[in-house]
Amino acid sequence: MKALRSFWSGLKRGSLPVYALIALVFLLTPIFYTIVFSFNKSLRRNTVWNSFTFDNWTHICARQDLCSAVGNSIMISLISTLIATALGTALAIALVRYRFKFRSAVNFALFLPMATPEIVMGAGLAGLFFNAGVGPGFVPTVIAHVMFCLSFVVVTVKARVQTLDPALEEAGRDLYANPSQVFWKITFPLLLPGVLSAALLSFALSFDDFIITYFNSGSVNTFPKFIYVAAKGGVPAQANVIASSVFLLAIVIVLATQISSHFKRKRLQHVK
Amino acid sequence: MAGELSVAGADLELIDVRKDFPGFTALDDMDLHIPAGQFFALLGPSGCGKTTTLRIVAGLETPTQGRVLIGGKDITDTKPHERPVNTVFQSYALFPHMTILDNVAFGLRQRKVEDPIAKAQAALDLVELGHIGERRPQQLSGGQQQRVALARALVNRPSLLLLDEPLGALDLKLRRQMQIELKAIQMEVGLTFLHVTHDQEEAMDMADTVAVMNKGRIEQMGAPEALYDRPKTAFVSKFLGQSNLFVGKVVDSNANSVSIEVGGSKITVDKKRAEKHEGTIAIGVRPEKATFHESKPTLGADHVLIGPGEIIDIRFTGVSNQYLIEVPNVGEITVFAQNVGKSPVVELGAKVWISWKVEHSFGLRDLPDGTEDLG
Amino acid sequence: MAFAAFGSSAPTTQGQTKSGRVVLALLLPGLIYLVLFFVIPLVSLVLTSLEAPAASGKIGEYVPGVDFANYSYVVTKYWPQIARSFGFAFLATIIALLISYPLAYFIGVKVRSRPMLQRMMVTLVIAPFFISFLLRTIAWKQMLADHSPIMEWAHQVGLMSPSQSFIGSEAAVVFGLVYNFIPFMTLPLYTSLERLDIRFLEAGSDLYASPAKVFRKITLPLSMPGIISGTLLTFIPIAGDYVNASRDFLGSSNTSMIGTMVDADFLQNRNYPAASAMSVVLMGIILILVTWYVRKSGTEDLL
Repeated sequence: MKALRSFWSGLKRGSLPVYALIALVFLLTPIFYTIVFSFNKSLRRNTVWNSFTFDNWTHICARQDLCSAVGNSIMISLISTLIATALGTALAIALVRYRFKFRSAVNFALFLPMATPEIVMGAGLAGLFFNAGVGPGFVPTVIAHVMFCLSFVVVTVKARVQTLDPALEEAGRDLYANPSQVFWKITFPLLLPGVLSAALLSFALSFDDFIITYFNSGSVNTFPKFIYVAAKGGVPAQANVIASSVFLLAIVIVLATQISSHFKRKRLQHVK
Repeated sequence: MAGELSVAGADLELIDVRKDFPGFTALDDMDLHIPAGQFFALLGPSGCGKTTTLRIVAGLETPTQGRVLIGGKDITDTKPHERPVNTVFQSYALFPHMTILDNVAFGLRQRKVEDPIAKAQAALDLVELGHIGERRPQQLSGGQQQRVALARALVNRPSLLLLDEPLGALDLKLRRQMQIELKAIQMEVGLTFLHVTHDQEEAMDMADTVAVMNKGRIEQMGAPEALYDRPKTAFVSKFLGQSNLFVGKVVDSNANSVSIEVGGSKITVDKKRAEKHEGTIAIGVRPEKATFHESKPTLGADHVLIGPGEIIDIRFTGVSNQYLIEVPNVGEITVFAQNVGKSPVVELGAKVWISWKVEHSFGLRDLPDGTEDLG
Repeated sequence: MAFAAFGSSAPTTQGQTKSGRVVLALLLPGLIYLVLFFVIPLVSLVLTSLEAPAASGKIGEYVPGVDFANYSYVVTKYWPQIARSFGFAFLATIIALLISYPLAYFIGVKVRSRPMLQRMMVTLVIAPFFISFLLRTIAWKQMLADHSPIMEWAHQVGLMSPSQSFIGSEAAVVFGLVYNFIPFMTLPLYTSLERLDIRFLEAGSDLYASPAKVFRKITLPLSMPGIISGTLLTFIPIAGDYVNASRDFLGSSNTSMIGTMVDADFLQNRNYPAASAMSVVLMGIILILVTWYVRKSGTEDLL
């Protein structure tokens, strides 16, 4: 009886970690699958495991159309990230640091795009371009991507601005820095982590976007569009190679910054 | 080292300065003159306008009206970064993304002063933190950060150094220690210090001159001893230490003194120590200036005598005992008695008389509820 | 560039014009963008939804008008899709919340004493963001396809009858939606649970509350902001999604959602008014639901 009870309480105590582990495995399984199948010597369709090969990794551009789609995706994401981050950072600073009329209205207006399903935004923009006589293509896609990234940038940077002590900027002014020097030597370096993570988020959202792109890109192919279309007939293993390398690159960057900041923090505590 | 940092401080003048915020007036037509080289403290409760005054001098707020002069030069419209003024902020405001040395050198580099690192190092040495120049602010203790903030301001040799509750975040012991250091540094460099604080002990301890502020005005200004010895308003008498205040109609007035009557007792104050000589006035005395007697003493006209009353509370605070005595028709009176072994043995409920020398009475300009009796 | 013109004060006349200029310079570019490429498209969507077919009868040509026929057309023709979209969104959001909460709680509260492990686990939760969601969905499609090991096992154990396919069913679509949106649910939950002061929980147990009661009375209310933003970030995109439901992914022709119809009407049939009306219906229902939900949960300031 006693043994049973201790077994039960042990199970209860251990159940949450076990659950978390299962949930994480569930989240990661398709990623693992995608990476594994990038090494599959596939026949026409990359659906059944055949045999191991490096060919897909060494011949990434065997499918020329795939590589050009990825190139387009990178260009679109880079440009829209740059624009969205610049516009969003300015908005975030204004919203946190200044009191002005319509401030809550602006806040609400910036929340709305996040409450709008992609299909609505995509169709709306496509309709606008259509009515304006502008065909879908590269520029409309970039415009659309900036639009849906903007709100996320504002939210991310705003959080960072809120943690910034106004006394730091005042100290800068007190120590003979003029307004633009205060911005570049104090405000900007302190906001930089927030701005960078906003830019990363923006890039990730843009790179992976399918629905809005589908409505506005016309004949311009992107990586998600390529996969969506290829899904009908079978996605080539090279798509797995590209997705896997993007994934591994991102994970390495994230882990590296985390580990370095962990040790930095540890060192700080140590010295104290 | 000190010689290198020391410069003759400049005097500061505020003329008719007013600051309105939406809904309230933070500063009400304030005039102030601080002579060069003084350690000047602005003392008051939060919201009294002392920090606003400091921010106006620093240029971080623009006054609604009035002029600010430093060394005789009008700087009212000068931008903060162009003023010969530096500030030690309440939160220290050390730049977290720079080393301590870079923090201290920041102002020097902005002004393109030669050899900023060597000068910053010298300033750090002055505050005895020369060995931690390469660390980051987050790695320092509160007291160390405070000293770095001081060095960062001092190194620029400002005409005027502003200190915004610089010791507020430190614990009591460190605060007292830093008070001594700060005072020593001020004497060493000879700058004009404008120190804002709500800690009366800190202000009294360090400043040459203390201005007590309340509701956007300076209530009284003077040397700490003078302020304590002769407060002129009820607010000052209560904010700086404790006071027993008595309110009554003037019943007796001669060349040297005025007396009021309170609950059958006559309370007298020297005329030169009273702000008002007629009508209803308030007279006060510090608790440590009063003594009590277990039997009615025989005293001359140079003493005030009240009683009998009943001891209703006794507190032991170590150095002294605090007695609270309830006197019928007069009210409660606090008396501090030194703990010197021979203190009168009294118990709760004991019947006592209270007395003090007339020369210790002070007469106020206003009444304890803050109003002035116009009748 | 006068960022330094901030300050807690009300600016004086001189300061006001200056800081006013700065605010405008900061706000205007973003706001103009928002109006041009968000507000105007939404308005034009509404206008398009009221257009009537052109007299020429040519496909893809319409004239401006005030024709509500498009709405009655899409509602009568596409009500199954509308019902399915919101049914799926509702179901998937609840399941994702149930799956995510314990995970977020474990990472945010239980692992707090080991910051390195905590960071690693957060990284694993957001890891799916770094790899194409289309490929991840295809991965599930292949793993759960007929004759796949998992399905063979399910048939053997009797979880499913051998004649049934999982892929193509409504259950498969909901499964895919839940999977794809778990990170969107877990992250905000984690953020609010991570901030939760453990001393509140200890105070709760100290005051004789059972663990279940501590959870219900303290943990749950304090993590409400995370629950609200998590459910919004999940529900809204799911209602508009149609990739999971597509027959090339986890669905079939019987699982089409609102998005499927907008896609078909807009890009294939070139029936712009119908596609627009459909979008307006979707957006309208979402706005009503979100407003009601936010009011009800009393977290309006969250936005």
